[in-house]
Amino acid sequence: MTKTFRMDEAQPRLLDETGQGVVGAPLDRPEGKLKVTGRARYAADGLPPGAAHGVLVRATVAAGRIAGIDAASVSGIAGMLGVFHGPRFLRNPAQGMAGAAPVQPGDEVHYHGQPIALVVAESFEAARDAAQRLAVTYEETGPVVTDPAASDRLERQDPVTAGDFEAGFAASEVTLDRSYTTAPHAAAAMEPHAALAEWDGDRVTLRGALQMLRFNRQELADSLGIPAGNVRILSPYIGGGFGSKLGIGPEAVAAALAARALGRPVRVVMARQTVFDAVLRRTETLQRLRLGADRDGRLRALSHDDRVSNIEGEGFAEPVSQASQFLYGADGLSFAQTLARVSRTPAGSVRAPGEAVGMLALEQAMDELAEMLGICPVELRLRNLPEKNPVTGQPFSARRLADCLREGAERFGWAGRGAPGSRREGDWMLGMGMASAARSNMLVPSAARVRLDGSGAVVETDMTDIGTGSYAILGQIAAEMLGLPIDKVEVRLGDTSFPGASGSGGSFGANSAGSATFLAAKAIRETLAARMGCDMSELTLQDGIARGGNREMPLSELVGGQIVEEASIEAGETSESHFSSGFGAHFAEVAVHAYTGEVRVRRMLGVMAMGRILNEKTARSQALGGMIWGIGSALTEEMVHDPRTGHVVTRDLANYHVPAHADVPGDMQVVFLEERDDMANPIQTKGIGELGISGAGAAVLNALRHASGARVRDMPATPDRVIAAMEAAAG
Amino acid sequence: MRAFDYVRADSPAAAAAQLEEGTSVIAGGTNLLDLMKIQVMTPSRLVDITRLDALRGISPAGEGLRIGALVTNAELAADGRIREGWPLLSRAILAGASAQIRNKATTGGNLLQRTRCPYFYDTAMACNKRSPGQGCAAAEGAGRMLAIFGTSEHCRAAHPSDMAVALAALGAQVEILSASGATRQVPVTELHRLPGDRPDRETVLEAGEIIAAVHLPAPQPQTRQVYRKVRDRASYAFALVSVAAVVRLEEGRIAEASLAFGGVAPRPWMDPHAQETLIGGVPGDALFARAADRLLEQADCHPDTEFKLPLLRRSLVAALREATGMTDPAPGVETARIPA
Ligand SMILES: Cc1cc2nc3c(=O)[nH]c(=O)nc-3n(C[C@H](O)[C@H](O)[C@H](O)COP(=O)(O)OP(=O)(O)OC[C@H]3O[C@@H](n4cnc5c(N)ncnc54)[C@H](O)[C@@H]3O)c2cc1C
Ligand code: SF4
Repeated sequence: MTKTFRMDEAQPRLLDETGQGVVGAPLDRPEGKLKVTGRARYAADGLPPGAAHGVLVRATVAAGRIAGIDAASVSGIAGMLGVFHGPRFLRNPAQGMAGAAPVQPGDEVHYHGQPIALVVAESFEAARDAAQRLAVTYEETGPVVTDPAASDRLERQDPVTAGDFEAGFAASEVTLDRSYTTAPHAAAAMEPHAALAEWDGDRVTLRGALQMLRFNRQELADSLGIPAGNVRILSPYIGGGFGSKLGIGPEAVAAALAARALGRPVRVVMARQTVFDAVLRRTETLQRLRLGADRDGRLRALSHDDRVSNIEGEGFAEPVSQASQFLYGADGLSFAQTLARVSRTPAGSVRAPGEAVGMLALEQAMDELAEMLGICPVELRLRNLPEKNPVTGQPFSARRLADCLREGAERFGWAGRGAPGSRREGDWMLGMGMASAARSNMLVPSAARVRLDGSGAVVETDMTDIGTGSYAILGQIAAEMLGLPIDKVEVRLGDTSFPGASGSGGSFGANSAGSATFLAAKAIRETLAARMGCDMSELTLQDGIARGGNREMPLSELVGGQIVEEASIEAGETSESHFSSGFGAHFAEVAVHAYTGEVRVRRMLGVMAMGRILNEKTARSQALGGMIWGIGSALTEEMVHDPRTGHVVTRDLANYHVPAHADVPGDMQVVFLEERDDMANPIQTKGIGELGISGAGAAVLNALRHASGARVRDMPATPDRVIAAMEAAAG
Repeated sequence: MRAFDYVRADSPAAAAAQLEEGTSVIAGGTNLLDLMKIQVMTPSRLVDITRLDALRGISPAGEGLRIGALVTNAELAADGRIREGWPLLSRAILAGASAQIRNKATTGGNLLQRTRCPYFYDTAMACNKRSPGQGCAAAEGAGRMLAIFGTSEHCRAAHPSDMAVALAALGAQVEILSASGATRQVPVTELHRLPGDRPDRETVLEAGEIIAAVHLPAPQPQTRQVYRKVRDRASYAFALVSVAAVVRLEEGRIAEASLAFGGVAPRPWMDPHAQETLIGGVPGDALFARAADRLLEQADCHPDTEFKLPLLRRSLVAALREATGMTDPAPGVETARIPA
C-alpha cells in the first residue's frame, strides 16, 4: 500500500546520518554511456515493423476557417497512406500540469503555423512532400493583431500589493522609473518533438518526448476521448525540454489518431521549423520598474508591472514579477500584470518562467538605482534583504543570499572592478556587473517504488530525465538509504505504468520524485531495522552490510526474497508556514567593442545556495547551463514574429541564436554554499534547474553598462542596440 | 523531399553538359540538401561532381593560385600558401559556418550558396527569388538580414558568403567551364547579378556552365589584411555586416586600399569611391569616417536594416584601425600580416 507523506513539519536530516557517502558525490550519469554511444532510445528511435510516417501540415493563414482539405491533391504521391484532420486535433501543446486536452479548434485556424492536418505515407520523404503540397483552402478572417502594443484585448489582473507603494514612492529621496523589454524566446531543445503511437485493441502506447507523464497521460486520453487507463506513455530519454515538452502536443495526438485509423504504428517527428511554429514560446515582455529609496539606499517603494501576451484561449501568463515579490523589502510594493491577447504562436512555460525575464529588468533597475545613489550594487542589495517575505509575511525557510553576495564579491575580485569605463584593451572596453538570483521552490505530489532484493535495488517512477540527471540522483538517494554501492541500484523512469511522479518542470523534480524515492527507501529501512531487532536510529547500512543491535549481517541475507515499498509525498503545512526559494549571486566580466558594439563575456561566477546538493556534477551542469541561458537572453536570443501574420520568422537554429561555444567564456565558475532546507521536503533540497538563469543575464548587462556606459533596456543587447545605447550615453 | 534522379559525371565538361532545366550540380550539399528538404529547390536530377579530380586541388598559376571548385572550405583555410600569401581568405572562411560545415562545403558551392532571407526559405510566403512575380514578403516583413546596397523593389536579399567577400577584396577571378570544354573568367564581384526585376537569376552562369575554379592573383606584399565580421553571436551566424580590408602603408600614409563588404548586398560589395577616399591619407578615425560616408551614400534601407548604417560605418572604422596598426588585434578579431 502506498504511504502518502504530508510535509507538515521539518524532518530529521537522515541523509546526513547514513553512511554510504554517495549522496552529493559528483557521480557520472548512469545512462551517459548509452546516450553518447547512440544506444539510448529516444522517442523517434527504433521504428517497429510496419510503422508509417506522419508529417504535420501547418495553417498558412493567421485566422479563419478551413474551407477544404483536398486529399486528392496528394493522392498521386507514391506511398501515400492518408490525410488526417478533425475535431480532436490540438491547436497547440497543453500547458504544464493541465491534465486535460488543450484547445481543439476543429476547422478553425487561430494562428499562422497551427498544425491542421497530418499526412501519412510509407516514407518520411513522401510524407514531407505531401505535407508541402497538400491543397488547403481557407475562409480567411482578419487582419489580425500581432503586436501586443496594438492589442485591444487586454486582461488586467488584480495587482499584488503590500503596504502603500504610492506613498512610499512619493516619500522617497531618490526615484527611478524605467521600462524594459525582453524578446520572445524559444526553448530550442536539441531533440525535436516526436511521437510514435501504436494501438493494441483500444489501448494505445505512445513513445513520446514528454516531461510530465502523469499529466500527459490524462491529456492524451482526454484529447482522444478514451479512458486514461487505456493510455501508456513511454518517455525514457528526452533530448532536452526546457518547458517545451511539459504538455501533450499536436504530434502525439495526430500520431495516435492516424495509427488507430490505419491499424499500424505511426511516427510523427516535428521538423525544426515546426518546433518553432507550433510549440509554446516564451512571451515577449514589457516591464516597468519603479524604485524609490532613501539616500542611504533603503528601499521605500518597489513596483514591477508587466505586459505579456498569449493567444486567446490559453490561460498562461508569464509570472514576470515572481521574484520581485520576495527578493527585496520596501514600505510599499506593487505588482500589476496585463495579458494582451494577440495572434502569435501560443505562449507557455520556458525554463524559469517569470524569473528568466523578470530578473533581467529588476536586477538592471537595482543596478541603475545603485548608480544613482553612488552605492556599491552588492551593498545596495545587502541593505534591502527583507526579514520575511514582504508580500506574504512568511519567514524564509533557508536563505543564504547575503552569504552568496559576499562570497561572490570576494571570489570574483569585485573590489578591484574600478570606475565605470576605466579599463580598456585596445578597442575593447572591460567592465564587471552582478545581480542577485532567486527562484522559488516547490514540492509537487509524487510517488515512487523501491524494490530491494539480494542483488540490489530498483527504483521505479514515471519521473522523467530531460537531460538533468534524474537517473543519477534517484539512484544516489536509494543507494544512500539502502547502503548499497551505486552500481547496485537500477533506476527505471519515464513509463506511466510506474508510480506517478511530478515530472520535470519548475525545478521541482528532484525535490518531489527524490522525496518519494527517499520515503520508499526509508520504509524499507524500517523493515530492515525491525528484522535486525533494532531501532531505526541504530541501523547502519553500508556497502551491502547491515549493522544494528550489536549484530552485523549481509543485506542480501537480511532481505531474503525481496522488500517492495511504494511511497508518495505531497506538500503540507510547511509550504504555508514558510517561504522556500533558491538564492544566489551572479558576477560577470565582459568586453565591449568600442566601435562595433560586440559584447564578449570574459568570465562568470555564480554562487548559489540551493539546499542539499544531491550530485555535485549534475547540479553544476544545471547551474552552468542556466547561466549560459542568461547569456543568451541578455545578448543573443530573439524570436522574431512576422508583423502581418504573427508567425515565427526565425524558424531554425541558424536564425534563432542560442549562445554558441564562442559566446560562453572558458572561465565559468559555480560555487555551492552548504545549505539544508528543512521546510522544503524530507531530503532538504531545493530546485536547481532554473536558479542559474535567474539574474544571470542581468549581471552580463550590468557589466556591459560598467564597461561601456551603454544601458540596454531592450533585450537582447545585439550590436545594433549596444551601439544605439553607447551613442545615447555619449549624448 | 521530392524524388530525384542522381547521376555522376565523368568529366567537368560532361557535368556541364547535363545542366539543363531542372538539373542541379551537387557539391558539398550543405546548402542544396537543406533547400531540397524544405522544397525551396526541387531539382528532378542531381549531377554529382564530387568525384572529379580535375576540380580538386590548389595549384600555382602564374604568380597566383588556382583553387579547384571542389577544394573544401576547411582545406582552403588551412592551406599554408593561402595563410601566408592571402591570409584574408583564410580568416574570412574561418569566420563562416562551423567546422563540420566547412569540412563539406566547397569553393564553388560557397560562391553559389543561396540567400538567407527567411522568406526565401518559407514556401508559404511570397518570394520573387523563388517564384518570379509572386511578390516579396520581406518588403513589409521582418528584414534584419536584408541588404542595403544593390537591391531592387523586387528583392532586397543579401548574399551570405564570407569567403566571397575576401575573394572580392583580393581581386580573384572565377573560372567558368562550359559543356564544350571552353573556359572563361569573370571577376568574383561580377559573378552575381543584381536582382533588378529578375531576382531569380542570381549569377552570370549560363545554362550548361559550371564553376571550375577560382584564381587568386599574385599576393600583395606588405599589406595588412583584416576580415572583420559582426554578427548576432560570437560564432556560427551570418554577418550583419562584414568588412574585408587589404591595406598598404607607405611612410605613414595609405598607399593602397582594397575594401569589400558582406551582409549588405546581393553580392560582395565594393565601392571604388570609398577606397579612393583613403589613398594618400594619414590613418585616423576622421579619414576612415569620410570613407564610410562615401560608402553609405549608396545605401537604401528597409526599416529593419537602418541599424546597418551606423554598424557598417563603425565596423569599417574598426577594421581600418586594425589594418593600419592603430590598434592591436584583440579577442575575436581576425587579422594577419604578410611578410614583405
Ligand atoms: C548552419 C549554417 C551556417 C552557415 N554559416 C555560414 C557563414 O557564416 N558564412 C558563410 O559564408 N557561409 C555559411 N554557410 C553556408 C556554407 O558556406 C555553404 O552552405 C557552403 O559553402 C556551400 O557549399 P557546398 O559545396 O556544400 O554547396 P552545395 O550545397 O553543394 O551547392 C550550393 C549551390 O551551388 C551549386 N554548385 C555547387 N558547386 C557548383 C559548381 N562547381 N558549379 C556550379 N554550381 C555549383 C549547387 O547546385 C547549389 O545550387 C552556412 C551554412 C549552414 C548550413
Ligand atoms: S527579399 Fe528577395 S529573397 Fe527575400 S522574400 Fe523578397 S524576393 Fe524573396
